[in-house]
Amino acid sequence: MVNKKETSKPIIQAIDVNFYYGTTQALFEISLDIAPQRVTALIGPSGCGKSTFLRCLNRMNDIIPKTRLTGKVLINDRDIYDENENIVELRKQVGMVFQKSNPFPKSIFDNVAYGPRIHKLNGKNQLIEIVEKSLQRAALWDEVKDRLNDNAMSLSGGQQQRLCIARALAVDPQILLMDEPASALDPKSTTRIEDLIGELRTDYTIVIVTHNMQQAARVSDETAFFYEGQLIEFSPTKKIFTKPKQKQTEDYITGRFG
Amino acid sequence: MRMDKFMRLLLISTASISILIVALIFLFLGKEAFPFALEPGLGKLFDSRWVPVSFQEERYGIYPLVAGSSLVTLLAMLISIPLSIIGAIYISEVAQSIEREILKPFIEILASIPSVVLGFFGLVVLAPLVKNIFGLSSGLNALTAALLLALMALPTIITISEDALASVPQSFKQASLALGASELQTIFKVTVPAALPGIIAAIMLGIGRVIGETMAVLMVSGNSAIISFYPLDSIRTMTATIAAEMGEVPFGSHHYQALFWIGIVLLFATFVLNILSRLVLKKYGMAQ
Repeated sequence: MVNKKETSKPIIQAIDVNFYYGTTQALFEISLDIAPQRVTALIGPSGCGKSTFLRCLNRMNDIIPKTRLTGKVLINDRDIYDENENIVELRKQVGMVFQKSNPFPKSIFDNVAYGPRIHKLNGKNQLIEIVEKSLQRAALWDEVKDRLNDNAMSLSGGQQQRLCIARALAVDPQILLMDEPASALDPKSTTRIEDLIGELRTDYTIVIVTHNMQQAARVSDETAFFYEGQLIEFSPTKKIFTKPKQKQTEDYITGRFG
Repeated sequence: MRMDKFMRLLLISTASISILIVALIFLFLGKEAFPFALEPGLGKLFDSRWVPVSFQEERYGIYPLVAGSSLVTLLAMLISIPLSIIGAIYISEVAQSIEREILKPFIEILASIPSVVLGFFGLVVLAPLVKNIFGLSSGLNALTAALLLALMALPTIITISEDALASVPQSFKQASLALGASELQTIFKVTVPAALPGIIAAIMLGIGRVIGETMAVLMVSGNSAIISFYPLDSIRTMTATIAAEMGEVPFGSHHYQALFWIGIVLLFATFVLNILSRLVLKKYGMAQ
């Protein structure tokens, strides 16, 4: 097999990242480069640190008390754990979609407009434009365009999750982190989310945590396998699912544990 | 099966007792108050003077009492709503867990202090304070009463608002933070709006406590039944009037019946308040 070397400069670089919840170490020396405009899947059994790693990339772990990180995470060559780092700017640049869809108990419009309003991307017309564009990108516009003032809670689970994606896109991030975005959805909604990821990959760098290996195989370009806080293997998805280098990866992928 | 039926009956009857009691309260209030409507007539209540004992002419105008209750309630809520909501936000969203563990029990203790004891505090501490600050001859006035009532409403509003804020799902806050909102933006644009129905319910309960409070206002409001909306005037509330005069009034007299009318007005006011709060909750889709 031809090892197609990725030539473009990485947008995310993790360098020797260790992460601690109190005294418990959750990540060990993770080093990983993620290329722009690719879909990178993080897989591994529960508790392997894949979600923790994902949340290191937009500093969402900061809100958990007594957590600590050593090492470096560079995004666009900027150290995001530098003490001068502006977290607001970081999170604007690195959007996130959560496992359980979590729209605000507001109207559909207000949900998508939330980010732009926070970041003062104001002007009524501009706002309407941003909302429409974001909903279109999240493949939700046609379903909700006549009911933008309805409460977001009235949408179905799959629609809610796409709304959350639209909400994240509305602040125009470069990177989209997805933490098991389809694990709570029915198969049809899951397919729609996966199709959506396929469409978004041209404009965004996507890092997705998934439990579902078929999903990783379907949507991602690169796959990182985590086990017990360590990065065991990081290769192009095709390779990891056909010819894994490590025994542990093979065991996990073939379902011998997990 | 028979046991089921028996239990069902038992539960229905216990549940119905509260309905029965409310109905009886209405009935007896009405029964005692009704003769007043025939003689001297309800028109006597719509008067600007409350002089129930007089050698010339008794007057039973409840306007000054309604005005007194309204003024004190309004002032008390103006003071306590902002304070308690900010307090609740602090406890729920900002405070460290140690601070929370110290603050919460004290607030609960405040709620459990008998109102007469708080009345002492009002007499000895608040009244002289108000007197000195504004250079008055007496500190017993609407403002002092309102301050004391605000103090009494605080724990109710704080505790319930805090519960409402704390029950806002963590996922909303995370979503907001992940979009680049600051903690403060998250609190005011997501958490507080999501908790609003609970906060409104807390305020309504606080108002209920303030309107219904008797002993403390009786002790510090000055008890002059005049129509005034100036906070530094002595006033008298509906509840204080009933409490002060019920013990000495001749049974069945016009004065006695007039006091029952005050009770009805009071009941009506809390009833309206209750319905209003239900409407508000319904609007936000939170009522059962």
